[in-house]
Amino acid sequence: MVRHLNRPTHSVMNHDAYSDRYILDILNTHKIIAMVGASANKVRPSYFAMKYLMAKGYRIIPVNPGLAGQNILGQTVYSRVTEIGEPVGIVDIFRNSEAALAITKDAITIGAKVVWMQLGVRNDEAAALAEQAGLKVVMNRCPKIEYGRHSGEISWAGVNSRTISSVRPKLAPRGYQHRLIRSSD
Amino acid sequence: MVMEKAPAFSTLAIHAGAQPDPATGARATPIYQTTSYVFDDVDHAAALFNLETFGNIYTRIMNPTQAVLEERVAALEGGTAALAVASGHAAQCVIFHTLLSPGDEFVAARQLYGGSINQFNHAFKKFGWTVAWADADDISSFEQALSPNTKAIFIESIANPGGIVTDIEAIAKIAKTAGVPLIVDNTLATPYLCQAKAHGADIIVHSLTKFLGGHGNSVGGVIVDCGTFDWIGSGKYPTLSEPCESYNGIIFAETFGDFAFAIACRVLALRDLGPCISPFNAFLILTGIETLPLRLQAHSDNAAAVAAWLQTHDKVVWVNYAGLDGNRYQSLAKKYCPKGAGAVFTFGLQGGYEAGVNLVGKVNLFSHLANIGDTRSLIIHPASTTHSQLTPDQRRSAGAGDDVVRLSVGLEDKDDIIADLDQALAQI
Repeated sequence: MVRHLNRPTHSVMNHDAYSDRYILDILNTHKIIAMVGASANKVRPSYFAMKYLMAKGYRIIPVNPGLAGQNILGQTVYSRVTEIGEPVGIVDIFRNSEAALAITKDAITIGAKVVWMQLGVRNDEAAALAEQAGLKVVMNRCPKIEYGRHSGEISWAGVNSRTISSVRPKLAPRGYQHRLIRSSD
Repeated sequence: MVMEKAPAFSTLAIHAGAQPDPATGARATPIYQTTSYVFDDVDHAAALFNLETFGNIYTRIMNPTQAVLEERVAALEGGTAALAVASGHAAQCVIFHTLLSPGDEFVAARQLYGGSINQFNHAFKKFGWTVAWADADDISSFEQALSPNTKAIFIESIANPGGIVTDIEAIAKIAKTAGVPLIVDNTLATPYLCQAKAHGADIIVHSLTKFLGGHGNSVGGVIVDCGTFDWIGSGKYPTLSEPCESYNGIIFAETFGDFAFAIACRVLALRDLGPCISPFNAFLILTGIETLPLRLQAHSDNAAAVAAWLQTHDKVVWVNYAGLDGNRYQSLAKKYCPKGAGAVFTFGLQGGYEAGVNLVGKVNLFSHLANIGDTRSLIIHPASTTHSQLTPDQRRSAGAGDDVVRLSVGLEDKDDIIADLDQALAQI
């Protein structure tokens, strides 16, 4: 269940629902993701999401102070977002709602373009700060699920993608069981 | 193009789940008549078996034709995901296998399809699952039937065969207070007539064989996960909230969020019990669903006309159709099924058991058979057929007493339907 922290009386944008266009625009534009709370445990949701998004061509930079300097899926783990020495598009937060504020401040500091909080994570104070600094914000969503919705892959599992389209899905070069997300036009 | 407005019901009935085929461009959903699927590479194969990625392995667990059917029904019910299986009975078996352990109980309305009463009373006993019966006409009986081991409440939205409309919201409140999911069998109403999730259902089950398929040609069942139950917060459902041994310790509710129940049903109960739907059946049912809104409105309008006519016949003692003025379920029908009270109802004949058996032998347009939800009009005498394995008391409380005749009114011209009943009634 989602805990609503410090919800402001007036928000810059409505974070209860996102348009497909908004999500697609983010996933089509930004291909470098810092994943805060990345796990080396192969059955954790963050591990699944990291592996999946890497297979879709995203560069994932894992962030986890407990694993700093080690590797997850061949990627060097950083202790903190501010330690990453390269441009980052999306900071994906796999931590609790309380922790999201400090991580969002780091995301603003390094010039990230999007703060993305995972399913169950919502911090409206952090969202307002990020939006004031010109970042886009997504809360209580999973990029793997959103990619699956907009590529049609999630539909193979009988999941309601909440999208309909008369356009032929795009196959990814890797094979028939890999698809690309739609454009955001 | 990205659609910004949520599509309406009729649009979803045609489009949900069904994009053109990515390999061929086929616009109608192809029948993927295959047992298995080639992996793209070794890593892909491993990722599929570990549930790390989405994709197809083997048709006992998933199939692309079946998947379109699943997404279609999930969308029409407003659920997060669905799982199609071999029959409505298989769907119930898979649901309870996912929710219950030996020694667990569930509460069910007494007013159910006779086959469900048998399944719950007898087959489920061998799994160590115990049903406690309640009365859909007496809401407090659901509270009384609860025990510390109760893990679910099961009802039909419109009960078969009695024409009873269940007060879903009142029972949903009891389920919520008890901290158990409410399972609604929405077969007779379909999502066109009744949006069960909006009234508090956590899990919806259908026999696809009936109005969703709608043409009397394919058996199937479906489970819809409404995504409303908090499995982790509850802690009473270890299959969902504890590490799963057969998948290296993943926790379904954590990994799959608000569609975890549907995934667990698929990759555990369906994988291990095996009642998969055939791709061909999935295709036929899917085609049927495209016209669901048109068919259900016509079914329901025809049934209302037939019920009103029967009420005036001197050999008919009573008609139980919730769409009739003065019917005891009329107000519930208006609340839960505002577009119509469905096409299945019962009436009572002068002359009881003998008259019922006689009537089904005299019809000409109606087919005497054990199904409902066909384009054709169907008739049966439940006491001598579908409900014959029950005791007289169970039959009466299920709405299948000796004098009861059940109709499933079809899509023929309503005057022809009435004329057939008229000539048959004249002969008894």
